[in-house]
Amino acid sequence: MYNTNETTLKIRALREAAMKILFTIAACVSILAVLLICVFIFANGIPAIAEIGVTKFLFGRTWKPNADIYGIFPMIIGSLYATAGAIVVGVPIGILMAIFMARFCPKSIYKIIKPFVELLAGIPSVVYGFLGIRILVPLIHSFFPEEKSGSGLLAASIMLGIMILPTIINVSESAIRAVPENYYEGSLALGATHERSVFFTVVPAARSGILASVILGVGRAIGETMAVIWVAGNAPIVPKGLMSSVRTMTSNVVLEMGYATGLHRDALIGTAVVLFVFILIINLCFSAIKRGTK
Amino acid sequence: MITNKIDIRNVNLFYGDFQALKDVSIPIAEKEVTAFIGPSGCGKTTLLKSLNRMNDLIADCRIKGEMLLDGENIYGNMNVDILRKRVGMVFQKPNPFPMSIYDNIAYGPRTHGIRSKSALDEIVEMSLKNAAIWNESKDRLKKSALGMSGGQQQRLCIARALSVSPEVILMDEPTSALDPISTGKIEELIFELKENYTVVIVTHNMQQATRISDKTAFFLLGEMIEFDTTVNIFNKPKFKKTEEYITGRFG
Repeated sequence: MYNTNETTLKIRALREAAMKILFTIAACVSILAVLLICVFIFANGIPAIAEIGVTKFLFGRTWKPNADIYGIFPMIIGSLYATAGAIVVGVPIGILMAIFMARFCPKSIYKIIKPFVELLAGIPSVVYGFLGIRILVPLIHSFFPEEKSGSGLLAASIMLGIMILPTIINVSESAIRAVPENYYEGSLALGATHERSVFFTVVPAARSGILASVILGVGRAIGETMAVIWVAGNAPIVPKGLMSSVRTMTSNVVLEMGYATGLHRDALIGTAVVLFVFILIINLCFSAIKRGTK
Repeated sequence: MITNKIDIRNVNLFYGDFQALKDVSIPIAEKEVTAFIGPSGCGKTTLLKSLNRMNDLIADCRIKGEMLLDGENIYGNMNVDILRKRVGMVFQKPNPFPMSIYDNIAYGPRTHGIRSKSALDEIVEMSLKNAAIWNESKDRLKKSALGMSGGQQQRLCIARALSVSPEVILMDEPTSALDPISTGKIEELIFELKENYTVVIVTHNMQQATRISDKTAFFLLGEMIEFDTTVNIFNKPKFKKTEEYITGRFG
């Protein structure tokens, strides 16, 4: 027999109310965190950008805090180049890997590969940086011995390309797996080979998910800091070639925040504002694509 | 003399330890419609799918016995892609690719190496006409096939199957997901198709079998109980089980 007298009902209602409050608080904390970040960086960054001048700040090619010249154009370009480089390196490998894992890989091998990909996602970026500076940079230098160092845009691109692999692989793989099997069967039934069926029916059907994986990867690449600092050279110049030194917006903030004061400090926060806007655009693209598929 | 397009001889099929088909033999005549009927789980779809080796996709499926296409063993040295080009298939649920109507039809010919635009145009038009959907689709060839109604999609899938000029078309309950009007159109179409193609159809719908098929095979629990002309099966079945099933006493 259930005992549903008034007291138990009251307790139940009370518990319900308490849980509701708990959940609301939990939800508020995360929203509050985002809002605080926004308020903080905009409140500190916008006045600085205004003081320096929007065009001077965004398009100025010289960054000399000692002389109070704050042009972050080299850093914006640096971030864009490094991200583009990461796409060139990471996207083809990542997508092909995802296709392999979803449609070609025998189960026994999959059981080994999948945890490795997941591990790749979990490695702290500073460890990637280590790997970059101890192995990647000397390796690149050995190919271009006439250069002063192996660090620069190429090293940063490869580094970031590897770092975005797990994002692209995992998201693309689940997108490919989500394609209804009857597309694949329909293609086979026309006499198409397994390879053709996968590449010409299954993968195109997953293209919006694959595109989403690329955008997430871009978000990861543009926001990455530690690993890039170690291999990029970090000179605040517009890079002229693959071996040229490059400084990204994130690096700019991290490298100088420790000792910056006054307008210099606020200019760094202003850099974060620009970065924030970039991330916002990327997120909007991502949700637009997600909406488009539904 | 009627030539057999496909000869199914003493076929036993297993999914792991489960025997799905027990010593099935059916001669399938050229340019006729052969229907497979029987209650769910009787093995009729299994048999149909083994005719173009779509059962290969199932990991632990084993087949004993012979299936001959024009006298050549399907499970012998025959290239499976060539087999599936010759023996096309229409699925239970319409499954057009998520691309334009034109590309849906051109997919098959492109797969088999046809690149010329004019040749593809011709095949697309022919296939759509033969599947009686040209008039509805000619003004929207570049539009997505997923915007069509279910019945149109199924006829598109038939057109797609025709695009690689098959000899045999297998249909797995092609109208079970469709409304009566669309079903009627598909049935008319099947009737026309047998002029040029050998059609094998699995159906749950007895009236459908009587309307469109020349021969009927009745299956029960993996066994082929009776195979005869459709007229005989439905008017004077030799076996009690067949009679009980077609009169709706079980199934």
